[in-house]
Amino acid sequence: MKIVIGKGSCGIAAGANIIQSAFVENLSLKGLDIPIDTTGCIGACYLEPIVDVFDDKGQKVTFVNVTTDNVKDIVEQHILEKQALKELQMTEADMTMIGKQTRIVLKNSGIIDPERIDDYLAVDGYVAAKKCLTELTPEEIIETVKIAGLRGRGGAGFPTWFKWNAAFRSPGTVKYMVCNADEGDPGAFMDRSVLESDPHALIEGMLIAAKAIGANEGVVYVRAEYPLAIIRLQLAIDQAREHGYLGENIFDTGFDFDLRIKAGAGAFVCGEETALIASLEGERGMPRLKPPFPAQKGYWNKPTNINNVETFANVPWIFRNGGEAYAAIGTRDSKGTKVFALTGKIAHGGLVEIPMGLKLRDVIFEIGGGIKNNKEFKAVQMGGPSGGCVPASLLDTEIDYAGITKTGAIMGSGGMVVMDETTCMVDMARFFLDFTCKESCGKCTYCRVGTKRMLEILTRITKGEGASGDIDLLEELCNKIKEGAMCGLGQTAPNPILTTIKYFRNEYEDHINNKKCTAKSCKALLTYTISEENCVGCGVCKKKCPAKAIEGKKKKVHEINQALCIKCGKCFANCKFDAVCVD
Amino acid sequence: MSHETHEHGCGCGCHGENMNPYEDLVPILEHYAGVPGSLITVLQKAQEIYGFLSTDLMRYIAIETDISIAKVYGVATFYTQFRFEPIGKYLVMLCQGTACHVNGSERVEEVVMETLNIQEGETTKDGLFTLNNVACLGCCSLSPVMMVNDTTYGQLTPDKVKNILAEIKEKNLSQEATT
Repeated sequence: MKIVIGKGSCGIAAGANIIQSAFVENLSLKGLDIPIDTTGCIGACYLEPIVDVFDDKGQKVTFVNVTTDNVKDIVEQHILEKQALKELQMTEADMTMIGKQTRIVLKNSGIIDPERIDDYLAVDGYVAAKKCLTELTPEEIIETVKIAGLRGRGGAGFPTWFKWNAAFRSPGTVKYMVCNADEGDPGAFMDRSVLESDPHALIEGMLIAAKAIGANEGVVYVRAEYPLAIIRLQLAIDQAREHGYLGENIFDTGFDFDLRIKAGAGAFVCGEETALIASLEGERGMPRLKPPFPAQKGYWNKPTNINNVETFANVPWIFRNGGEAYAAIGTRDSKGTKVFALTGKIAHGGLVEIPMGLKLRDVIFEIGGGIKNNKEFKAVQMGGPSGGCVPASLLDTEIDYAGITKTGAIMGSGGMVVMDETTCMVDMARFFLDFTCKESCGKCTYCRVGTKRMLEILTRITKGEGASGDIDLLEELCNKIKEGAMCGLGQTAPNPILTTIKYFRNEYEDHINNKKCTAKSCKALLTYTISEENCVGCGVCKKKCPAKAIEGKKKKVHEINQALCIKCGKCFANCKFDAVCVD
Repeated sequence: MSHETHEHGCGCGCHGENMNPYEDLVPILEHYAGVPGSLITVLQKAQEIYGFLSTDLMRYIAIETDISIAKVYGVATFYTQFRFEPIGKYLVMLCQGTACHVNGSERVEEVVMETLNIQEGETTKDGLFTLNNVACLGCCSLSPVMMVNDTTYGQLTPDKVKNILAEIKEKNLSQEATT
């Protein structure tokens, strides 16, 4: 018998450590000696903390949203008295979320203990690496990845074999293998989850890639905001070294490869290859013009290959099961699976891995359980600050690189932020421009000044100061910046604006012409009034109003002085009688 | 090694003989001396030890690593992780990711600012809290999220935030009382 607690960052944030202490305490109270193991994230973040209890036959029962009170029940009623405790278990709807997925990258996440290499070895870990190092030539490795049709999962979707081949063909004896784990896209966290839940899959993928291009040194560039990922990856690297999977003469083949971690220092632009290399070299993370590409001149001007975490994590599976097996999953244009981070106004938020070609509708409504609180779906934002908002009319779009690009969004790293009727699309565009404006490195004028100007216009519109002609001006700026900016950050920064104008032009027009925000999200455009019918004159709003804008005698209908109102919404939030109306 | 740029008079009774105020950094500088491209790592370690990067500290690192002070400053100011002012005992990091934004992080920010009576980037007068907005913390499914030192708090509401901050204050008071 054993107890397994999911301890990814999400699980810990939801209280997994407190639950673990509660188990230790309750078990010792009952004099039970049952081991408590750690695992990573199963992806069903909305169910955290998650606890698996395995009986002596290895049968698993999963308890979800576990509280410290539940722990006592689980120990006393489930473990001791063998009661099922169905009400605390995962429901069928929850099973759907996990069951409808195809798991390659997340295969071991939430199942094995990421801190124990033996757990990884028990699920055929390092078998693929051994095969590649002992049996295959670099050409054969690259050919297999080509057959698999794997494309970069970091954003642009460039064919992985092509990059490997270019680095392999580049002359030179010193080459580098770099993993981009600088997952900066707000709303995406699959790379963090892989690092925390299955770090050896990344190491094995990098080892295979290193053999393919002939690199003896590797670096994983991890965001500093991911402390747990750094700890677990370092532990995994140390263990792999002890077992001889990293270091000198791996599998007695004479091939050397070692790996180290470099913690990023917080700069979104470092997701761009050449900026990442500059940062690795200790410089300001500013991109440079390509060519030369990193495959020719990368880290310290040597041939360098860069892929992201999810891309590498696909590689061991491909070599265990064959390139053809991988290519059998997905669509003609996009092979294999993709991990998405489902967040926002979604009922079942978390990480999901689906075969390419599934419809957006299936992911959001079947796997994701639809919209929270019975609200109406408005749009799904894909691709983060470089992506766009896909409206309800395009929910039947098939998820693959070409399909998503056609909508104006991009696949990106896999963020899917779901929005409902209360999300204002102009504000959403403003939010992303605020982000890209802050993160622009400042090297090229189009991006540095352009994002700033676009942000100013959007801010004006959300403040009710929009002027006619603003939409045209925005579109003109967008198109110029797309053409003129030097790197991907600037070139894609207009996407959130272009897609929201394309699909939600009416919201822009409402803001500009009618000074109205239909989502009731842009504060400056709201008017608060008190309904004569509902107001009982309790005076709470008057007391809470920081602007002293509310007048009224006790037990008489109160009134808001619009000239003084600062639209903070405190009266609305504090009225117990639904008497404050917002329009 | 040139320490002549440092002034003494620290008042600790050391008389200032060859006293290096950044002694704890010496082993780190030695460790990375032979590793090219380590400036960011050295700055990270320095911030870990001293809490923030003062002008003196950056000047010291520049001299010891033989990198120009302009470059050290240029690199440090490029990355959001580096701070140039001392921070409070508790660093409150408010997530500004997309999922948090959609789920009401703005309201949470207002409450934090109101409760602590500081703006983004500032420290409370008692030196207890510093407020920083950060890009996505990667706990999107628990949004809105904030991190206080190493602890992450999810599914925040205005009331929950008030309680968390009050609890930390209380815990700190009782800690101070016992010491």
